[in-house]
Amino acid sequence: MGAVLEIRDLTIALPRGADRGNAVTGVNLTVDRGEIVCLVGESGSGKSVIAHAVMGLSPKELRATGGEILLEGEDILKASPARLRELRCVRMSMIFQEPMTALNPVMRCDAQIEEVLAMHTSLNAEERRARVRRIIEEVHLPDPERMMASYPHQLSGGQRQRIMIAIALIMEPVLLIADEPTTALDVTTQAQILKLIRELQQKHGTGVLFITHDFGVVAEIADRVAVLRLGALVETKTKTELLARPEHAYTQMLIASVPSIKPRHRGSDAAAPIVLKTEALAKIYSSGGFLARKREVHAAVDVSFTLRRGQTLGIVGESGSGKSTVARCIARLIDPTSGSVKLGNDEIATMSAGALRPLRRRVQIVFQDPYRSLNPRRTVGEAIIEGPLNYGISRSDALERARKLMETVRLDPSALNRYPHQFSGGQRQRICIARALAMEPELLIADEAVSALDVSVQAQVLDLLDEIRDRMNLAMLFITHDLRVAAQVCDHVAVMSKGRVVEYGTAADVFGAPQHAYTQALFAAAPGRDYAFGS
Amino acid sequence: MFAFLVKRLAATVPVLLIVAVLVFLLLRLTPGDPAAIIAGDAASPENVAKIRENLGLSKPLIAQFGIWFGNVLAGDLGESYFFKVKVAELIMQRIEPTLALSICTIVIAVLVAVPLGVLAAWKQGGWLDRMLMGFSVMGFSIPVFVLAYILIWIVSLKLGWLPVQGYERIAGGFGPFIRHLILPSITLSVIYIALIARVTRASVQDVLSEDYIRTARAKGLPENRVLIAHALANAAVPIITVIGIGVALLIGGVVVTESVYGIPGLGRLTVDAVLARDFPTIQGVILFFSFVYVLINLLVDLSYLAFDPRIRY
Repeated sequence: MGAVLEIRDLTIALPRGADRGNAVTGVNLTVDRGEIVCLVGESGSGKSVIAHAVMGLSPKELRATGGEILLEGEDILKASPARLRELRCVRMSMIFQEPMTALNPVMRCDAQIEEVLAMHTSLNAEERRARVRRIIEEVHLPDPERMMASYPHQLSGGQRQRIMIAIALIMEPVLLIADEPTTALDVTTQAQILKLIRELQQKHGTGVLFITHDFGVVAEIADRVAVLRLGALVETKTKTELLARPEHAYTQMLIASVPSIKPRHRGSDAAAPIVLKTEALAKIYSSGGFLARKREVHAAVDVSFTLRRGQTLGIVGESGSGKSTVARCIARLIDPTSGSVKLGNDEIATMSAGALRPLRRRVQIVFQDPYRSLNPRRTVGEAIIEGPLNYGISRSDALERARKLMETVRLDPSALNRYPHQFSGGQRQRICIARALAMEPELLIADEAVSALDVSVQAQVLDLLDEIRDRMNLAMLFITHDLRVAAQVCDHVAVMSKGRVVEYGTAADVFGAPQHAYTQALFAAAPGRDYAFGS
Repeated sequence: MFAFLVKRLAATVPVLLIVAVLVFLLLRLTPGDPAAIIAGDAASPENVAKIRENLGLSKPLIAQFGIWFGNVLAGDLGESYFFKVKVAELIMQRIEPTLALSICTIVIAVLVAVPLGVLAAWKQGGWLDRMLMGFSVMGFSIPVFVLAYILIWIVSLKLGWLPVQGYERIAGGFGPFIRHLILPSITLSVIYIALIARVTRASVQDVLSEDYIRTARAKGLPENRVLIAHALANAAVPIITVIGIGVALLIGGVVVTESVYGIPGLGRLTVDAVLARDFPTIQGVILFFSFVYVLINLLVDLSYLAFDPRIRY
């Protein structure tokens, strides 16, 4: 067994003024032929820096200051730009996280694949075309002729990732670097792509360096696992050994932070007053009209559920299922097309904007992306007190409330006059929670509020949300695509698919014995379900 | 697509209507009597009044507009007071030099500006980038006529390479035709080179940070292919937009350039017509320019379809 990739004592310096001296320090790692090595770490651990260094794609600011990267014995760090171009896609290939943006939007898919052959082989046009067709079939894309003639925007995320894989593997390289290739995909698509990578890698004996933050994915695909923390490897072991007996405290913490897929049993008062009740809620988007064909998209259809004080209702679904549309209708950020939304005793689905304004305080939202949901030009204090000030609370009272809330979300109250960019992602999400709570809402909507966070931070924020719900006796609507997260915080779960609620019941029922075929498929696709994480 | 075309063509109607009314009113509000100019300095008041009567200028404003606009709708732009020929014919006579100058200018501008902009974006902060940015500030600020006289002085008078002034019709041979066009086109193109190069640089720079550029490099493609097939192709829409705006702005530019270089085009015709208070000619030429402007905008919008498959009308 020869190593296709051997990283020896690799050190890559960060530019001056960064939060640490080196992006990567003294990393030793090998990938053998036919082996999948998972490089696991949280954001900022340096895992992508290593991947880009292997491909010779590092930005100028990130120069290797020591060590070597041997691809079949040849040191990449010493290779000329021309030599690197010869190696890329021929001996080593890379696939990326965002299939939505990794393909050229103005070039047909076949041209994007064929370009590799035109560059690296002397095949004529006809032979190239035949080869492209073969690889398209090999990555199991349906209707190859149509796929080849399509532009990327006409394909789904999973299909685009298959095109990326076709580009990466058409020259049958010895090394494939996969940088979070399934993170942006739905769970069922993720399962298919993981299976595909496994299949092709075994067929061609490719060595794979698979970068991920998700232990579920590790459990699915890895042969060996290397855990990276702040640029240094803390532990490298075979998968079974690492998952069963993690030695390093950091690895143990990471694995313990993965939420269990078994619902946590929680007592909730079934007779508590109803905070939110929707009946036959629907949202239909229509476009076209004058001279153009009219098109309708049924984003949400016939959505009915009830949420009581002190309870959490999870809406679980994949992208395009309509879960965010429902959240937005309930907060009246968009107007429902039909149906009823009752907040306490008030029907808000049809209320005029003016009449609604006094009620807006009662429903607050925490959004997915903590980097974009805070205005970068205002201090976090200003962000938190803006809402209360609008509802006529005096500045000093609002500030007092903001200081208390900062403590509630475990942040230093003296940080109120700092700006969002001075906080980490997890801290920003806490600020967003504080901002929502400042309005003293009855209903808190968390729209994928922990999806963008690292698993250890995610665990903390989930605990915080749980604690706040109990302490403030809130009703919480928890929108997520992640079954594990839903299992941990929800009392009731509504599973949505294509705009409809396909299954609705207590978390124990839905997770214990899913009835609907779609729910069952979701569970079957959940990565790492054979390992008992978080128990 | 069809709906889009119908809507856009329908939208040109109010635009042209507003232009027609504004031009008509503005001309009547500015001082200067065409009749007095035609009659000459020595004419008697009776004579002037008679000419006014003949031209229809003694009628009420609204009636004058009605007659003129009715004729325009029937496809008749009227007859020039000064040249004594149909305005439509006058435009046809003068269109060749202006068209030649405009096309030549835009071709030079695009051929120079786009590669410069791409290179500047590629080597952002390098010497070429800094020089280009300096040049474009200069290009924006130097008046066309100053540049024209500097170029005439150096290239024509000192070096004697090219003719100082004038125009040769293309029917008289391509050599003399192009020799007369080079200087005016370069003069006029400087500001467009500055404009297009800056936009190209900014647009390509944006695209270069996209994920698919990284993908292209990960394929082992050489930089020229990354820059042209991947970066420039994606940066095209803003560049095309600004070229379209450039063509429209050219109309203003040709007035000065044609005057300085003595080219008998539409720009020159506009100046002559204004000096002679030749109302029908001014109105006709401006209406024609507006129509061309609207048409160019439509063509630019349609060209997006070719450059970006995601755009659908």
